[in-house]
Amino acid sequence: MIRNSLKRFAIFMATSIIIFVILTFIINQNIINQYDVRILVLICINIMLALSVNLIVGFTGQFTIGHSAFMAIGAYAAAMLTINLKLPFPLSLLGAGIIAGFIGLLIGIPTLRLKGDYLAITTLGFCQIVVVVIQNIPQLGGAQGLTGIPPKTTFAWTFFTMIVTILVIYNIVHSSQGRAMISIREDEIAAEAMGINSTKYKIMAFVIGAFIAGVAGGLYSHYMMYIEPQSFNFLKSMDFIVYVVLGGLGSIPGCIISTAVLTYLPEGLRGFGDLRMVIYPILLIVIMILNAKGISPSKLFKRKSKGRDKDAIA
Amino acid sequence: MEFLQQVINGLALGSVYALIAIGYTMVYGIIGLINFAHGDIYMMGAFFGFFAASKFNLPFIPTLAIGMICAAVLGVAIEKIAYKPLRNSPKLSLLITAIGMSLLLENGSRLDFIFGPDYRTYPSNLLPSQIIKIGALRLDSLHLIIILISILLAALLQIIVFRTKVGKAMRATSFDKDAAALMGINIDNIISITFAIGSALAGAAGVLVGILYSRIDPYMGIMPGLKAFIAAVLGGIGIIPGAVLGGIIMGIAETFTKVYISSKLSDAIAFAILIVILLIKPSGLLGKKSNVKV
Repeated sequence: MIRNSLKRFAIFMATSIIIFVILTFIINQNIINQYDVRILVLICINIMLALSVNLIVGFTGQFTIGHSAFMAIGAYAAAMLTINLKLPFPLSLLGAGIIAGFIGLLIGIPTLRLKGDYLAITTLGFCQIVVVVIQNIPQLGGAQGLTGIPPKTTFAWTFFTMIVTILVIYNIVHSSQGRAMISIREDEIAAEAMGINSTKYKIMAFVIGAFIAGVAGGLYSHYMMYIEPQSFNFLKSMDFIVYVVLGGLGSIPGCIISTAVLTYLPEGLRGFGDLRMVIYPILLIVIMILNAKGISPSKLFKRKSKGRDKDAIA
Repeated sequence: MEFLQQVINGLALGSVYALIAIGYTMVYGIIGLINFAHGDIYMMGAFFGFFAASKFNLPFIPTLAIGMICAAVLGVAIEKIAYKPLRNSPKLSLLITAIGMSLLLENGSRLDFIFGPDYRTYPSNLLPSQIIKIGALRLDSLHLIIILISILLAALLQIIVFRTKVGKAMRATSFDKDAAALMGINIDNIISITFAIGSALAGAAGVLVGILYSRIDPYMGIMPGLKAFIAAVLGGIGIIPGAVLGGIIMGIAETFTKVYISSKLSDAIAFAILIVILLIKPSGLLGKKSNVKV
């Protein structure tokens, strides 16, 4: 058992290092241009965010559509820590994660009592409040956005933070805590009857998700060098939900692939000009309809188990 | 007096929210979907009305009717094409389709050969604004007309839902879809009718707002859509009087915050009210508490 998981870990690390070396080589040899490098970094950041949403929505079954609020908090917190306190980059990333996680805890305790659509709309409201509040704080640049963030995020930083995130999520999901989270998704009442403290595990998933989103936000702000509150509104959270659902709720590889494809897709469609803004939603709708008919990218990555994906979130 | 003046302004805004919220609540009540494209149907209604008024020089009532009919047709078409194939799939897939639909309507109508990205101005002679003075009160006739039309439409809806056979079928379907089908109710038709009525009301709201603010653009539906949705949740989602009540509360709260607290924070306060009410009474103001059966 232990040897098996060690072997799996070694294979995973070896593969990711190989991928990293190849990508670094491609970047350093200027085989792809700066614009594509930017997309690559954004894909890594989005994968972190999608995985954190997957932990909350896909594994624990708590429907949140305000996750970009934690990304915003992390982005602004990290920027402030680097600019004002002159903290080294890793520390400000950690600080961003802790601040986002703490706010996640404060929000999670009262709101996670709510279920389904009511939880969704509350988190959406929280997200919009965060955006409006940031818009009204002049020290954070207000509605114009915050400029002058030092560019500290490199491809290596994002890639390895992403790898750590994947490992963390994978290990949570395969621990007893993770199984408790999945049991809450499957049937909260039954889980409680089996002695699982559902509030505790829901909050745990929410805080971990917020922490990861905070770190990802920190990477984002130090890469873009400019952030504005409106770019973190609830539509951004919707993007992550789309990645997660398309990759299959509760599937880590599916989530990674769908995020990579869907982050690249709008850029890849750039040749179509304004039409790309229409092609993307049409593709989304078509994929969802095909999905319902059983032709699904997400099914490829589902582990076989009985009656699992029937109504994951119904 | 200032206070009363603001109450009227808030009522006018609130009745627009109420008209949109009714559509959200009806659709949710019948298929359990948060129809994110609803705010965009409101926008499309405003554009349909605009073309009726500016291209064909129609007067107010036909403009309103065209806005409502076109919005209803659009709503039914969206339901048939995008939502119907997903009726038995998980709620999240349905929700994402609704978001896709919303993006499609927004970005599609921004294309040059459809409406274009710029804002349009409603013809000002459609319904001239007059100031009516009652004592120290200075009332804008447009506000009064909006409130009046909203009341009329809500009353009409109440009659349809509680006094007609279709309304009875709608109530039965939202209560228990399978049992209703067994009683010989054509569920597909009832769902289409629900979408048609909800979208028609949103279209009416679009035309009224177009006349009131005289500016319309493809993104105008996002914020009112969101706030109307909050209004629906506030009143207890699935309950039509709740949507009206929620809409009016949202409208008055927003107007008062703008006037007495801060115009910048008005959006945040609207959402804060929502969160507080949901935490105190999770089923909404008029919602009944339902026990979960194991």
